[in-house]
Amino acid sequence: MEESELAQVKQSNVWLQGITRALPVMLGYLTVGFAYGVLAQEAGLSLFNGVLMSVIVFAGSAQLIGAGMIGLSMPPLSIFATTFIVNLRHLLMSAAIAPHLREADRPWPPAQLTLFGLQLTDETFALHSSSFAQGGLSRGSYLISNAFSQASWVVGSALGMLAGSLLGDLRPLGLDFVLSAMFIALIFMQLQSHRQLLIALLAGVLSLTLAVGGLRQWNVIVATVLAATVAVVVEETTCRRT
Amino acid sequence: MSQNLIDTLTIVGMMLVTVLPRVLPLWLLSQKPLPPLLARWLSYVPVAVLSAMLFPALLMPEGSLALRADNLYLWAAIPAILAAWKTRNLFLPVLAGVATIALLRWVV
Repeated sequence: MEESELAQVKQSNVWLQGITRALPVMLGYLTVGFAYGVLAQEAGLSLFNGVLMSVIVFAGSAQLIGAGMIGLSMPPLSIFATTFIVNLRHLLMSAAIAPHLREADRPWPPAQLTLFGLQLTDETFALHSSSFAQGGLSRGSYLISNAFSQASWVVGSALGMLAGSLLGDLRPLGLDFVLSAMFIALIFMQLQSHRQLLIALLAGVLSLTLAVGGLRQWNVIVATVLAATVAVVVEETTCRRT
Repeated sequence: MSQNLIDTLTIVGMMLVTVLPRVLPLWLLSQKPLPPLLARWLSYVPVAVLSAMLFPALLMPEGSLALRADNLYLWAAIPAILAAWKTRNLFLPVLAGVATIALLRWVV
């Protein structure tokens, strides 16, 4: 094959890989985005503002909460504070991703790195971190996964705002379970040791306990920090002993 | 100021507070090697944070603890976990879980 043909094949593989990996996220985002659109429309947001939020904020639970708060005419400062706290968990995800993006000989261009960060959600993080655990994909396919994920989110939001009242109940299809099932799959794809399984269980139980105890916005962050710290402490002490 | 403009500005503010935690660590930590201890700590973050989000999603779907037989997410999690554990595949657990929910809603 000519070199240019080879490059073309490689290029189309990147697209295929990026889109295929993103499929469950896209399905989930269409449905959850739709639910957000319905809520945003009920909260009184204009079509422009409702879709704008999906384009520039791009965050599931924060958008649902934010649209609700805007609908109740709550003060912007309290909306900002809530959004910040709800999305603060992405700080941990961004930090966990960062070392995998470090390539001394071929650093990411700042614009691409920033775009990657803007589209870092729970779901795209879950996709990418499992890819890293399995050896990593090409840069292009990460960005393509992200773009298609966000496109589905935006399309779902717009449809929800425009057609929310026209479409009937989607619950019989079971699509509300897509993202949870995907999380289950991606957790198992990343488990490489029994210790990791135990840490995952610990984080889950801690997070649940904190949420039941009323720490609704902080439970994920606190549970993650505690569980990862326990993991490292256990690692250190067992290393010392042997 | 019109209500629409106030909403737009509020949404721009929401973007600013969302973007910083997403982008800053990427900028700061992807340039040079991390201290080994921090790198090891961060290596536990993915499974921990995913599991920390999953448990409440499955066990308190309406906001309060639902360790009950009528919580369909718990039933659907069983085939999804089995499929994930046995196949390490992305699509089969999703298919198994969604099909279980659809079936249960149809039957019950």
